[in-house]
Amino acid sequence: MQMVTYLNCLAPGSSAEVVGLQATGFTRRRLLDIGLVPGTRVEVIRHSPSGDPTAYKIRGAIIALRREDSMQVLVLKL
Amino acid sequence: MGLTRASSGLNALRESFISLNASSFLIALAGNPNCGKSTVFNALTGLKQHTGNWPGKTVTLARGRYSYRGLDFTLVDLPGTYSLLASSVEEQIARQFICFAHPDVVIVVVDATCLERNLNLVLQVLETTPRVVVCLNLMDEARRKKMLIDVPLLSQELGLPVVPTVARDGEGLEKLKEIVAAIAAGILHPAPKTVRYNQAVEAAVITLEKQLQPLLNGHLNARWVALRLLEGELSIRQELEQHLGLALPQNVIQLKTKKGVSA
Repeated sequence: MQMVTYLNCLAPGSSAEVVGLQATGFTRRRLLDIGLVPGTRVEVIRHSPSGDPTAYKIRGAIIALRREDSMQVLVLKL
Repeated sequence: MGLTRASSGLNALRESFISLNASSFLIALAGNPNCGKSTVFNALTGLKQHTGNWPGKTVTLARGRYSYRGLDFTLVDLPGTYSLLASSVEEQIARQFICFAHPDVVIVVVDATCLERNLNLVLQVLETTPRVVVCLNLMDEARRKKMLIDVPLLSQELGLPVVPTVARDGEGLEKLKEIVAAIAAGILHPAPKTVRYNQAVEAAVITLEKQLQPLLNGHLNARWVALRLLEGELSIRQELEQHLGLALPQNVIQLKTKKGVSA
């Protein structure tokens, strides 16, 4: 069964597809600009030693996101 | 390293309007970080502006000149950005230059190996001005990665001229200069495809656009300003006041809250 969850809940090595953003204003704009639009595939690469931020592969680039931002991204686990 | 207002280029922006040679065409060079924008700048101008593989090295505006078939061009290298919309200092500089310095042509340099990521900026730039040429750079790397790009199709989809280049080796730059000259001289008129949003947004845009048109008086694309206002972006109001001396009447702003649309 397909499951909608938040981007920060995924384990390294897993992939998901963006379904929506719950962020508003500046954060929303920033997330959209780095490529997190509905339909985008995201791969979780690894956590930093302290557990936050986490590196994600988004549209050909590896981008680190803080938990406070990734927890606003709704994804469908693949 | 802190960026003060003076060093961030907002003042330099003004100066660059004033000291411009009247017979020279003003060309802006925009692009994502790390797409070879400064290499294109150096290759066109013959200057040796520092290039290096780290982000944020172009924070102030570098200027250079070149001539092509007797015409004089002033090229401004904008800071590398992924977007014109968020409010980092780099993005503000790039956006304000494109919107308020009225460049005759904007060259958007894109990384051919990472088109998906780079086209976002192209779409944002063509919402502000139709006088755009896409410089599809790093074609050698794309070839090495066995990537095939259908340039005519890309050009057709965007409604813009697209010139494949390898700036490092000078490949494609003559063609780029030719297209830039043609757009600047008004021989070539790119007709970019307009990005359409959903019905509610479009309806609000049209209402706002009608009110904005007479106020902006052709200085800025009314549709673009309408979209920014709908996004609830406050910096655009401030910029209109600063650069055009235009204080938007309160009723324009009220429409935003009444419609309650967010883009």
